[in-house]
Amino acid sequence: MSPGLTWFAILAASAVVFALKLVGHLLPEHWLAQPRVARIAALVTVALLSALVAVQAATAGRSLVADARLPALVVAAVALALRAPFIVVVVLAAVTAAVLRALGMP
Amino acid sequence: MTSDDARRAAVRQAVSVSVATGLYGVSFGALGVAAGLTIPQTVALSLLMFSGGSQFAFVGVVAGGGAAGAAIATAGLLGVRNALYGPLVTPILRVGARLRPVAAQLTIDESTAVGTAQRDRDAGRVGFWWTGVGVYVLWNAFSFAGALVGDALGDPRRYGLDAAAAAAFLGLVWPRVTGPGKGLAQLVALGAVLVALASTPFVPAGVPVLLAALVAIVAGLVTRPPATEPPPPLLAPDHLLAPDGPSGGAPEATP
Repeated sequence: MSPGLTWFAILAASAVVFALKLVGHLLPEHWLAQPRVARIAALVTVALLSALVAVQAATAGRSLVADARLPALVVAAVALALRAPFIVVVVLAAVTAAVLRALGMP
Repeated sequence: MTSDDARRAAVRQAVSVSVATGLYGVSFGALGVAAGLTIPQTVALSLLMFSGGSQFAFVGVVAGGGAAGAAIATAGLLGVRNALYGPLVTPILRVGARLRPVAAQLTIDESTAVGTAQRDRDAGRVGFWWTGVGVYVLWNAFSFAGALVGDALGDPRRYGLDAAAAAAFLGLVWPRVTGPGKGLAQLVALGAVLVALASTPFVPAGVPVLLAALVAIVAGLVTRPPATEPPPPLLAPDHLLAPDGPSGGAPEATP
């Protein structure tokens, strides 16, 4: 993306997110309080974040790749299972990948 | 507990949540720059978008070479849950038209969680505002610090920042797919991973993530919540609101 297009995307996406927040404050409660709506919204959040994990950990452009990011993700999962704080999880993953790459893993 | 005690408890909770959440703004700032955004662009996302999940998603799509449309759509879809927080907090806040845009911008996972967890409306209002303002200030300060650090580091791969981004998304989804009654959420997560990976070779960057969202919509439409199983929580505040604050707890909902 060119710098101009990136700025446009930032402003447009921010406007969309703000509009969604505002809609929640303005719409009649029963429109959004439908259990099915809340259920689907929760599941969409899970699906998007899960897909982002996969894409961020195992793809490069249009290829599937296995590199130092995968063992780093395993370390992150173990840290999460041990209830480590978010920032610790993120740093452990970065350190794992950095060390493995320093040792020659792609 | 008197109402003064309840208000003080709300403030204490708000401060601990704000500090914990603000701190991981560092990782957002660093990852934003690693994704190829400039420092002002990264900071602008925190100031204007102010919704961690959407911000991480936006830079994730940009880092993967995704188009502007895919970045906007992914960030927007992740922001949908913020719309569902409005009806939870408006009865507590009862703000006028002038303050409404401010309250809306501060309506995020953390402020909603703290605001709705209080025992009376007064403490709830205190909890919402203290958390909203606290997270806003610290999230932005730490995003800026993280962007400076990321910029100074240079090549993001060398420091494993690409792996850190994957771990960040895992940390954000973790509380939503663990614990009791999360069977459907786990199935959706697995389906989303498979759809995203399987479609990656065939569609432009950024689109696999959007295709994965369809899995959730289909799953939500074709299944019914079993009577014994609570629906997946919109918020995942269990640990966030532990009496002693979030320190040492699992990572939590996004701002």
